[in-house]
Amino acid sequence: MSLRKYLKVYKKFLHTSLASELEYKTNILVDLITAILSLVGSIFLLSIFFQNSGYIGGWKFEQALIIQAIYTILNGITNTWFNPNLTEIVKHIREGTLDFVLLKPIDSQFFISLKKINPSGFLEIMLGFLLLFFCIRINQINLNLSFLTLSLITISCSICILYSLWFFISTTTIWFVKTWNAIEVLRSFLYIGRFPLSSFSFSLRIFFSVFIPIAFITTIPSEVFLGLSVFWKILLEIIVATIFLINSRKFWLFALKFYSSASS
Amino acid sequence: MVQNIIDVRNLSKSFDISSKEPGLKGTIKHFFRRQTKSLKVIKDISFEIKEGEIVGFLGANGAGKTTILKMLCGLIYPSEGSILVSGYLPFRRKENFLKNITLIMGQKQQLIWDLPPIESFYLNASIYDLDKFEAKKRIKKLSEMLEIDEELFIPVRKLSLGQRMKSELLAALIHQPNILFLDEPTLGLDINAQRNLRKFLQKYNEETNATICLTSHYMKDITSLCKRVICVHEGAISYDGKLDLLLKKLSPVKEILIVCRSEEDAIKLENSGFSVKNKIKNEITIKIENNSITSSLKTILNNFDIEDLFINEPPIDEVIGKVLIKKDYDI
Repeated sequence: MSLRKYLKVYKKFLHTSLASELEYKTNILVDLITAILSLVGSIFLLSIFFQNSGYIGGWKFEQALIIQAIYTILNGITNTWFNPNLTEIVKHIREGTLDFVLLKPIDSQFFISLKKINPSGFLEIMLGFLLLFFCIRINQINLNLSFLTLSLITISCSICILYSLWFFISTTTIWFVKTWNAIEVLRSFLYIGRFPLSSFSFSLRIFFSVFIPIAFITTIPSEVFLGLSVFWKILLEIIVATIFLINSRKFWLFALKFYSSASS
Repeated sequence: MVQNIIDVRNLSKSFDISSKEPGLKGTIKHFFRRQTKSLKVIKDISFEIKEGEIVGFLGANGAGKTTILKMLCGLIYPSEGSILVSGYLPFRRKENFLKNITLIMGQKQQLIWDLPPIESFYLNASIYDLDKFEAKKRIKKLSEMLEIDEELFIPVRKLSLGQRMKSELLAALIHQPNILFLDEPTLGLDINAQRNLRKFLQKYNEETNATICLTSHYMKDITSLCKRVICVHEGAISYDGKLDLLLKKLSPVKEILIVCRSEEDAIKLENSGFSVKNKIKNEITIKIENNSITSSLKTILNNFDIEDLFINEPPIDEVIGKVLIKKDYDI
């Protein structure tokens, strides 16, 4: 596997998918407006929760906004890469076009995970970062190298967990053929990630940490931003992300043995 | 000596298939207690294909032709038996193996729908690690062979089926594969587009000595491209050999329409011992075995007053149709 070749192919992926998306200007405009409205709506909803009491699960509104910012960045990544590619796996398997992917001399997981891109998701990522910088200011967070490194590590781990979960569900299509519902359930669970993990009951905290580590995805990076993080939690997130990523890979390779292709 | 490029030994494939009874009751039952059974779709087949050969796979719908092609190119794991393609085990899908083969399916497409085909070609070129110069050279050569030019720059969604198929071929051949697996490549194309595609495949085979495995329901594809056919019936090979031998075996007689000068001559001919298919006034159709055509015609022309005669080959579709429903052809 040559890194140079993969970079070259990814450049082509970027070029072709951007060109495809730009064929439909109105669609991009609608997506951009949706992203802005969605963020405004989410902040408004969050502010309603904090209206009666200044704290939820020990978090102030200004602190909870960091979770919202990280959620927005992750949601932007979801909309930019995961949504256009990973939902396509279901289509590839149902219609048998995965055949073309599997017969290319390139890693099939790389191909189906990164072939497409939705440029309107970029705006959401940018909005997320803007909100994050705003939160850094209002929470008077001191930016230093170790803080930035930890933030980068935890956000990367969050992306890996999210990707692995989504990819795992999409892979099950090889057996179950149609798994749209499971992906929709995952998307709705993602909304949970907008709230601090400590705002849930003990049993829900266990559920959203162990079984579907959605809350993990936003809460731990946010704690890093607020200087509330403890080492074992960061380590745990790294371990969880590594396990998820490795297993999603293994699961894909295992599932391909059962791929029967669609009939012609 | 020409080497075997494909070697298949005792290959079998089974699929778990679920069946459903009709109606709401059947649907509910199917939802809660799905009954699956293992179906052997390929049954212990063996064959070899030599480098540069064009082999047609014939069989009815569901006979297993596409499953065989998909196992040959490594998409489906075989349940039993062994396959060697170009020295590789296909299902391992090694990079060098994949660079050697291509699969073209008439009913599925790999081109990016919203973009001109040229974009998909360059994407494929980067996947096959071709530099821009080499890719450009190959696109130029193949587009000349396929007689496409302006179409390369028009979004795929706006191309006709024929233009799209040509572009699909170009996308699939940009890496100059040695082995082509073609699953109904002319499906849905008009007669001219079919002919052009066949012409291209013939030329490609001659120029590159590529091996071609082809399935098609259009008999013209098979007869004009393949000297050898493998007939598949319910997952087993019912015939593997030369196409002309099969045709001779399947249609040992020719039909000859004879127009006599008078109805009396037609009656005389009818009673002269030939196998008569039908007689309408002074026109009579007789059946003569292939190996006695010359002598029989000599006799007829010498003894009867003949105005005209026509030798009719039985329609190829009709002849091959017999293969699709028969289990075994021992030739």
